[in-house]
Amino acid sequence: MTSLAARRRANIAGWGMSAPFAAILAVFLLLPILASLAISFTSFSIGNIQDWTSAQFVGFDNYTKLFGDDTFVRSLRNTAYFVLVGMPCTIVIGLLLAVALNQGIGKLRAFFRVGFYLPVVTSIVAIAVVWRYMLDPDVGILNAALAQVGITGPDWLGNPNTTMPSIIALGVWRNIGNAMVIFLAALQTVDPHLYEAARVDGAKGRQLFRHVTVPMLRPAILFVTVITTIGYLQVFEEPFVMTGPTGGPDQSGLTTSLFVYQQGFRFFNLGYASAAAYTLFMFIVVLAIIQFRFLRTRS
Amino acid sequence: MTVLDVGTVRTKARRRTSRDIKGRAPWWLFVLLFGGMLLMVGPFVWMLLGAFKTNADFVRTTPTLLPERWTLDNFSRLFSKQDFLRYLLNSAGIAVVVTFANVLFCSMAGYALAKLRFAGHRPLMGLTLATLMVPGSVTLVPLFVLMSKLGLVNSYAAVTVPFFAGAFGVFLMRQFMFSIPDDLLDAARIDGAGEWRIFLRIVMPLLKPALAALAVFQFLATWNNFLWPLVALTDQSKYTLPVALATFSIGQNKADYGLLMAGSLVLVVPVIVLFLALQRHFTQSIAMTGLKG
Repeated sequence: MTSLAARRRANIAGWGMSAPFAAILAVFLLLPILASLAISFTSFSIGNIQDWTSAQFVGFDNYTKLFGDDTFVRSLRNTAYFVLVGMPCTIVIGLLLAVALNQGIGKLRAFFRVGFYLPVVTSIVAIAVVWRYMLDPDVGILNAALAQVGITGPDWLGNPNTTMPSIIALGVWRNIGNAMVIFLAALQTVDPHLYEAARVDGAKGRQLFRHVTVPMLRPAILFVTVITTIGYLQVFEEPFVMTGPTGGPDQSGLTTSLFVYQQGFRFFNLGYASAAAYTLFMFIVVLAIIQFRFLRTRS
Repeated sequence: MTVLDVGTVRTKARRRTSRDIKGRAPWWLFVLLFGGMLLMVGPFVWMLLGAFKTNADFVRTTPTLLPERWTLDNFSRLFSKQDFLRYLLNSAGIAVVVTFANVLFCSMAGYALAKLRFAGHRPLMGLTLATLMVPGSVTLVPLFVLMSKLGLVNSYAAVTVPFFAGAFGVFLMRQFMFSIPDDLLDAARIDGAGEWRIFLRIVMPLLKPALAALAVFQFLATWNNFLWPLVALTDQSKYTLPVALATFSIGQNKADYGLLMAGSLVLVVPVIVLFLALQRHFTQSIAMTGLKG
């Protein structure tokens, strides 16, 4: 009897305390996720907002149209470019930084950790505005510095070939601190006796890194890979500010999230935008599953 | 995140031995790290100096690092000709309200999910973790439709209420809750205290550092939030700082770098001050969500 009463008490208190969060989760996240799927099968536009039922069901039309839409395909390719180059760079640099800071550098460690982490906490919008100023072909500091050594720098954000590399550089610059902090925390849990044992067996610098550090950090590497990939697939602010909402020259900076924004809130093709957003969502889910499988089974 | 079952208990003694074994770092490592540091901090310095430059400095073909003549003109234009004081207050108000709500609601849910075996706590936790994967662009359209229907587009409610409690905050608080021993809670229960009383009188005071970590994290996230406010706020007077700055930077003030640098500075300085003051809480909580559980 008492255990039944205790269980009831736990149920009432548990749901009572979770209620505000559960309500927000349901109304502003779960419901929209389902609604987004439903909307993606309709021709929903600005005129249907007041009367939802007036939207026409169009089946998979939005999806078939998407994959025939050069702009959308372009946005997928740009996003893939951003992820495939940006993600490995972030992880490798973040890992090397963490290993470097984990050497005997004494009190300077805290100083470097704060410095490298600083961009992570600051607004991407502000940072992107500053980067655009630095990359400006006429008055920017980068091309001025290049001119000092006799190189004529390109119009970084005005040339379709250098737009995405510039955006990637910004993304990596901003996110290595995050990877570094997680790796640093994981490194401090590695038992120093493992290094000692490996040294006794004759392992040196690079071998220690490859055969002790990397295997021990596998869970952290998996975690950072997954969160970085998920984050990078949604890249929006960087191109929005650096190339403008249209994606810059030859749409070279147009990412999928930017495409969703444009379709949804410039042209108000809300059904079409939802289909694009859902496609991106599916890519994220599939990639996350693959990464979990791949990195887990290899350990 | 149960895969990441790395023990986080570390003692001072162990850290000391690990450093002894590794020895001192070579000199070139310091050179590299200082070089990297320059790359990380450089843009902020460039922003700071740019905010005090006059127009003459911006049209020079070989730009100088320091302003030729220091001026506050960019700031006076920002706050008098443009309505940046308004955007600053909007941003601050929204961030403070959202932060308070999160500290309360996330710790409530975090306590329930960590310490109360109520029916359905597992599926609720599963859903919470799963939603961390959902991109913001997926909920953008339905959220906008919902807000339009409710007549809330362009209202402060639209940019605050949906963020009153988030999956990340709940997850973070749940992790911290595990550090509170069950025996302590059971003792209070035997003494006849209800769960709410235990939560308010025992758990909350014990978790002050965790609440601070969540507050810092949430304040920064809300302060920097961009995509949803961009969509939901159409009236300029409701703009937050990032929305205003981004809109300016792609609009007619596109090349007015003095104004843009001053605007960026206003957006970035409060965050940097907060971060430097509280950075220990911050990096610790990041590491915590990544490694425990």
